[in-house]
Amino acid sequence: MRPAVEAKGVTRVFRGTGQDSVRALDNVSVAIRENEFFTLLGPSGCGKTTLLRLIAGFDFPTDGEILLYGQDIAPLPPFKRPVNTVFQSYALFPHMTVADNIGFGLKMLGRPKAEIEARVDAMLKLVHMQELKNRRTSQISGGQQQRVALARALAPQPKVLLLDEPLSALDYKLRKEMQIELKRLQHETGITFIFVTHDQEEALTMSDRIAVMSSGNILQVGTPWDVYDHPAERFVADFIGETNFLTGTVENAGNGQAQVALRSGAKIRAIAAVDFRAGSNATLMVRPEHAKLVKGRGDLGGIIENIVYFGTDTHIHVRLDEGDVFMVRQQNSRSAGCGFENGTRVGISIGDDAAQLLKD
Amino acid sequence: MATAKEIADKAERDDIRSRWLLSAPALLIVFLAALGPLLIVVVYSFLTPGNYGDVKWQFSTDAWVSVLFERDVFDDTLSLATAYLSIFWRSVSLSLATTVLTLILGFPTAYFIATRPDHRRDIWLFLITIPFWTNLLIRTFAMQEVLRNDGIINSALKLLGITDHPVQLMYTNFAVLAGMVYVFLPLMVLPLYASMEKIDFRLVEAGYDLYATRFEVLRRIIIPLVTPGIVAGSILVFIPSLGAYVTPRVLGGGTNLMIGNLIELQFGQGRNWPLGASLSITLMAIVMVALLFYVRNTTRSDGAHG
Repeated sequence: MRPAVEAKGVTRVFRGTGQDSVRALDNVSVAIRENEFFTLLGPSGCGKTTLLRLIAGFDFPTDGEILLYGQDIAPLPPFKRPVNTVFQSYALFPHMTVADNIGFGLKMLGRPKAEIEARVDAMLKLVHMQELKNRRTSQISGGQQQRVALARALAPQPKVLLLDEPLSALDYKLRKEMQIELKRLQHETGITFIFVTHDQEEALTMSDRIAVMSSGNILQVGTPWDVYDHPAERFVADFIGETNFLTGTVENAGNGQAQVALRSGAKIRAIAAVDFRAGSNATLMVRPEHAKLVKGRGDLGGIIENIVYFGTDTHIHVRLDEGDVFMVRQQNSRSAGCGFENGTRVGISIGDDAAQLLKD
Repeated sequence: MATAKEIADKAERDDIRSRWLLSAPALLIVFLAALGPLLIVVVYSFLTPGNYGDVKWQFSTDAWVSVLFERDVFDDTLSLATAYLSIFWRSVSLSLATTVLTLILGFPTAYFIATRPDHRRDIWLFLITIPFWTNLLIRTFAMQEVLRNDGIINSALKLLGITDHPVQLMYTNFAVLAGMVYVFLPLMVLPLYASMEKIDFRLVEAGYDLYATRFEVLRRIIIPLVTPGIVAGSILVFIPSLGAYVTPRVLGGGTNLMIGNLIELQFGQGRNWPLGASLSITLMAIVMVALLFYVRNTTRSDGAHG
């Protein structure tokens, strides 16, 4: 199947004053499928917004091609691209009503008045905003503005919808609601969504696929499950979710498995996606929910330093004999506490498939 | 013991009193510096001119009558005076033309400055305000240097062989207009810039994103958002140009009087202070009526967008 959007070797260099120029995107290639909820995830400054702006047409690549259904759109101005954007700050027109905002795109496309009205009404219904049709955009709440921004971008039925951190201005509860809402809208409209965020939780819960970006490069593209459980490298593992890292020496490796010796002498079996040579240094990752605290001896040993209660679960920080802090996440039950106390010695047991070797 | 209501009432009374006290100096200045002189002008307009300027304390409506009418020397009948009316008309039309031209020139200028990077805007604004450092009279004489028969424009035209006779530019309405546009342009650019600077340029991007061409973005997004600046700039240019006095005097000569010159004439050589006073009040009335219409129309059309 032909991808909806494809970036081929896209580079964007921002020339600064004098010598310093910033390589916001460095030879990035990615293919985004039709009807997909695709997320560009990364810390600020990783180039995710730059890539989005290149697709929208607000900015032009220094090098490379951007294809929309196989057609090179790089030379087209934004008003000639069948792509719409939901802006981070919503960018609603303050001098227009909610309805005029939503109808703006269709009006500019020269659609007949009756069609615009019908479409605006349908959009208002889609985002549950019928009652606020004639309000000014300054008279509605942040969550409502968000919905109007969505309706406005969806009204012209774009082939691809670009969303630039649209939820970052909302409070936690509203954000959760809008995540589900966005997912529903994407299902109902069948439009390809390209979503930019720095919030890994948002990316995991909403996306069909995620591209993890760092300093102008895409490090890994995969399903939420892929990037969480099989991170390609240390940055991805560190950025998505909470992770314990342990360093050690590979004792033997093969068949996607490896045995690693830690400084304290503890030996841990780990999954190794790529081949590691015996004797080389390596980093191990273990997710906090994949390790278990035990009263006796485990794979690792240490002293409990801190117990943090989170409602649904408890985070227990253990100072390992190696000197590092290792975090274990334990599901809470209603009747009992976590069963451990600060300052006591515990063991940590790590399941067979819980540890993974990473390249740095 | 005081009830909660009494305490709240007392707090409110104190609050009102301190507000009056704090605004007292400003109110005093408004009364002394604005309303006082205005009152004197109104009173003078109903008096009789003295022999060597000044006024005689004798009630008369002659000044007001002669603003609009002229008394026939022989049979004392009144007929509509066209001399002053034509000067009023010229002043209003020249001021309107000045306002429109400064808007046309100032809008792109302000837009240019507002879209520069932050640190460079200050330099541009600084350049815009440089003419203010020089005396108005000197700037006007500089304009004369450009426009006069062997001035810059005519020399250039002759050098290029376009004309062999100098084109008469000085002492025309064109010269007055050119001078006023030059003098008042910064007064248009600065308020326009102030409201353009506040525009969130993501709105412009949103416009482009929603299929609006450059022209549509200008018409439907930028201009409506800059309306307060357009109103402020137009008022700031229109009012002083209606009362302009140096520029028409120097560049328009004796034949292209504006209201300002006419009023000055009454207080100077004319020695008819009551007439000068009534002309001043007429000018004020025109300005006020024009402003009321203008402000009401622009704010209403702004409301109609929504």
